[in-house]
Amino acid sequence: MELAFYLSGLVAVLATIGVITGTSPIHAVVYLIVSLIAVALVFFALGAPFAGALEIIVYAGAIMVLFVFVVMMLNLRSDTRGDQPWLHPRHWLGPSLLALVLLGALVALLAQGSVDRVIEGELLTARSVALTLFGPWLMVVELSAILLLAALVTASHVGRRNNPVQNRNRGGNQ
Amino acid sequence: MNWWTPEIAAVLWAMFQALVILLGAVLLGAVLTVVERRLLGLWQDRYGPNRVGPFGTLQLVADMIKIFFKEDWIPPFADRPLFVIAPVIAFASLLLSFIIIPITPGWGVADLHIGLLFFLAMAGINVYAVLLGGWASGNKYALLGALRASAQTLSYEVFMGLSLMGVVALAGSFNLRDIVAAQEGFWFVIPQFFGFATFLIAGIAVTHRHPFDQPEAEQELADGYHVEYSSMKFGMFFIGEYVGMLLVSALIVTLFFGGWHGPLLPPILWFAIKTGFFLMLFILLRASLPRPRYDRVMNFGWKICLPLTLINLLATGAVILLVAPDA
Repeated sequence: MELAFYLSGLVAVLATIGVITGTSPIHAVVYLIVSLIAVALVFFALGAPFAGALEIIVYAGAIMVLFVFVVMMLNLRSDTRGDQPWLHPRHWLGPSLLALVLLGALVALLAQGSVDRVIEGELLTARSVALTLFGPWLMVVELSAILLLAALVTASHVGRRNNPVQNRNRGGNQ
Repeated sequence: MNWWTPEIAAVLWAMFQALVILLGAVLLGAVLTVVERRLLGLWQDRYGPNRVGPFGTLQLVADMIKIFFKEDWIPPFADRPLFVIAPVIAFASLLLSFIIIPITPGWGVADLHIGLLFFLAMAGINVYAVLLGGWASGNKYALLGALRASAQTLSYEVFMGLSLMGVVALAGSFNLRDIVAAQEGFWFVIPQFFGFATFLIAGIAVTHRHPFDQPEAEQELADGYHVEYSSMKFGMFFIGEYVGMLLVSALIVTLFFGGWHGPLLPPILWFAIKTGFFLMLFILLRASLPRPRYDRVMNFGWKICLPLTLINLLATGAVILLVAPDA
């Protein structure tokens, strides 16, 4: 299990590097899918198969499909660009500094913790997840349901036919 | 010989089972291509392929030889890595789903306690085969087919998951063996009829079988997402479709029709008979129904099936709480 954890973690890291270094948007998205599946495997290795399966169903199976969908629609011609403006220091200096701080925090945390900690824990089944969600965290579940309902209403408002907002934007752009 | 322990024997037996089920699924998928053509011929009042061998039984061999020896051509304008990996995803994701299906009390590859979720995850991955294959082909018909397929599959997968939740609630488990065991007395198709109906529709749509095969409609898209594929790559898409059909039939039997349960006959026969019945149903649907318009398909999914599954789930939950409030 430990081996599976480290291997899938490695795959996740490598795939994520592939996301940010790839020049073709669709390849980047495919790398992101691989990364998400690797993260799901990490969940499996940690003994949380329910979370792992949901990760694949929701993120890899639904959300990333929409990403691929949009990339397919938008980037038919401007697929590979020769110039790489992001190599210029002023584009990556800020994010790298922030990431360096985070790395420092991680290393400090690892340095003070005990090294011989192994990955183990009880198996998190669907039943225990459900009991936790609808027991002590019922309020949070209800709140996120309300949030999703609001998003649904907004989406159906924005997407409806003869939408004044949409038509105004369309008129303004062209 | 002290290495021959019961554990080794159990491992080898499990591996043997997995191999048999894997090969069985692939072979059955291949055989189904010919069976379907013969049955379509029968139902549409014409001869099917009846020349090769007695009653056309060797047609499969002829098809295999042809498909193996064709040139495996990748178009120069295609995106090579994605073009190659798309049929692999199509085939592997469906084959992997077979590991959760319990065929008889003794046969079955894995006993996952998230069994049903594993199937849904694999069905989610399966979308990428069509999507990436269509995009990587660099062909507008393939791209249009892929766009249709992804929109359709995404819409139908939403309520496919929901339609199964009634069964999960009744059985109290995602594990398919538990679900089959819970159907000892009566099959879940009776309390979960709407779940069954919507799952059947979603299953046909997700495998792009006939009434829902707009992604590969010949008249409009010249075969849709796999128009640029040839040889074994096309073969993998093609056999993958039949493996998907087999998978959905086996799942319907397991989830709604009691799996291997049945009087008199041994479990393996009951499972085969029930699965065969649904395979025939799939082929009969293709033989008899016209293809609906694409926007009708989407409307039907979102406006009829999705509310139906939600109401079904609500009613199932209410009944379970009424019958056994403290369970």
